[in-house]
Amino acid sequence: MGSRIGRRALLGVYAALVLVPLLVMLAGSFKSTSDLFSNPFSLPEEWRFSNYSEVLGSGDLSTAFTNSAVVSTCSVTLTLLLGSLAAYGVARIPGWPGWAVYGFLVLGMSVPAQANMIPQFVLFDVLGLTDSLTGLVLINIVSTLPVAVFILAGFMRALPREIYEAAALDGVGPWRTYRSITLPLSLPSVAATAIFLLVIHWNELLYPLLFINDPEKRTLPLALLNFQGEFLTNYPLLFTGVVVASLPLVVGYIFLQRFFIAGMTAGSVKE
Amino acid sequence: MSAPSPVKTGPSPAADPPFPERVAHRRRSLRRRYGHPAFYLFPLPALVLYVIFFAIPTVQAFQYAVTDWDGYSADYDSVGLDNFGQLAGGDDLFSNAMSNSLKFMLVVVVLQTLFSLVLASMLTRNSRSSTLLRAVFFLPTILSSVSVAFVWKFIYDPNFGLANGALEGVGLDALTSSYLGDDGKAIYFLALTQVWFHTGQMMVIFIAGLQQIPRELYEAAAIDGVSRWQRFRHVTWPMIAPATSIVIAYTTIQSFKAFDLVLGLGGNPPQGSLDILSTRIYTSFANSEFGYAAAESIVFMALIALVTVIQRRTVKLTQSGA
Repeated sequence: MGSRIGRRALLGVYAALVLVPLLVMLAGSFKSTSDLFSNPFSLPEEWRFSNYSEVLGSGDLSTAFTNSAVVSTCSVTLTLLLGSLAAYGVARIPGWPGWAVYGFLVLGMSVPAQANMIPQFVLFDVLGLTDSLTGLVLINIVSTLPVAVFILAGFMRALPREIYEAAALDGVGPWRTYRSITLPLSLPSVAATAIFLLVIHWNELLYPLLFINDPEKRTLPLALLNFQGEFLTNYPLLFTGVVVASLPLVVGYIFLQRFFIAGMTAGSVKE
Repeated sequence: MSAPSPVKTGPSPAADPPFPERVAHRRRSLRRRYGHPAFYLFPLPALVLYVIFFAIPTVQAFQYAVTDWDGYSADYDSVGLDNFGQLAGGDDLFSNAMSNSLKFMLVVVVLQTLFSLVLASMLTRNSRSSTLLRAVFFLPTILSSVSVAFVWKFIYDPNFGLANGALEGVGLDALTSSYLGDDGKAIYFLALTQVWFHTGQMMVIFIAGLQQIPRELYEAAAIDGVSRWQRFRHVTWPMIAPATSIVIAYTTIQSFKAFDLVLGLGGNPPQGSLDILSTRIYTSFANSEFGYAAAESIVFMALIALVTVIQRRTVKLTQSGA
């Protein structure tokens, strides 16, 4: 009996540790600085929406929001397209050549971004792809292709071979097999990968920090980081920025929890 | 795939079949062996981009590492292994970042693995309350590191922050701290933030592992009347070995890469007490020391590989040795 109460207490404490800071932040985004400092845990004395109009009105964050939306959407879509094509190829090439191509692509998962970012920066600079959203999309694609291929190929290899034999007997070519058979059957893993990629690309900081100087091209995490310098201890304003930047994913998470959890786990299970 | 000459296409039947049939036959056997030629086109777009923008730059990092290039001059000199010599001996900033990275990694790996395993073992059943709590614990994972950094900046604020406020509220004034302002402890407080950030993600991996343990094993253990600890030591722990390896390996790599969190909490460039290898490399790069930063990045990569191997060995040892 004692252990059951202990279990509940522990779970309760941990839930509070997770939720209280987030709720303090959410309420704080509607407070004045003095209200936040004197009553951090209570609801706002008076609900102020001025933080939001200030943060969004100055333009910086709304521009960043649009940039993030564009870059993330394109990065996720293109990584999925290229990744699923590659995964299909390596799953269907028989014998060692298939595994060799797969191994080469997946090897990239063990290269930390800091290891090749310098030559990448030089290359992108030469090609005029710095200070460009296209450049961000491109670097997002290549940096996450390995993990996308890893998840998708794992799934596609597990599909029963008989499907392919039947398709070949019916004279269905490789391309149509990919589009009308493999891809629809792989939908669960495609969805999981899509969410995993979305979380990574939406929150990506390193590459924008390296590649972007122009304030008009900033993405949300970079804009937030700059906020910090500007509004040193104006926490309500910082919190408003955090709420704006996190809202799309959190809302998505509330409705699609299961997919988010499956996606983020698929991405972390690499062996 | 070089086409073998017709003479060598295996033992030819006594009467050679007509030419088109032979071609068709050979094509069939090639396909059986190597698959449809079109299969090789599918990975091609990904491969092209990956080679140009990922693989080649990775190799180039090694070339840069033996130069003194500043990133913009047209010419630069090869300096051999001087960069590495300096990293090994005379660079206080680098050794500081190295020691911070290792402290950070150790604390994060131990606490995060422990917390996620304990939480997972309490939420293994698929009841409604378990599912809800899992979703709550997982929530921080989807936030951006910069967002998490701002929330924790406020928690750790020495004057107005939640942590000191809460401690004073319950009369534990003695435990209040300046957190990130305390140079000796800052890296450990950073580690706590990282643990808060990713425990839920690792918990989910442990839950999947725990759910795969057959009930019969526990029933057998109950019949044998073993203690709880023994049950954990001899049933649960060996059975979740794959999950544990994944959690530890992933947590390690994630902790070495905790770049955004450090910049968010420690500033850019980060204060020395929070500087870890990933931010150190970035700072060298931002200071136009391209060659030197490349050398740092190679040490970084080697260190991650080394630590991963050591850990894998350790985990295996505790799991196989009875």
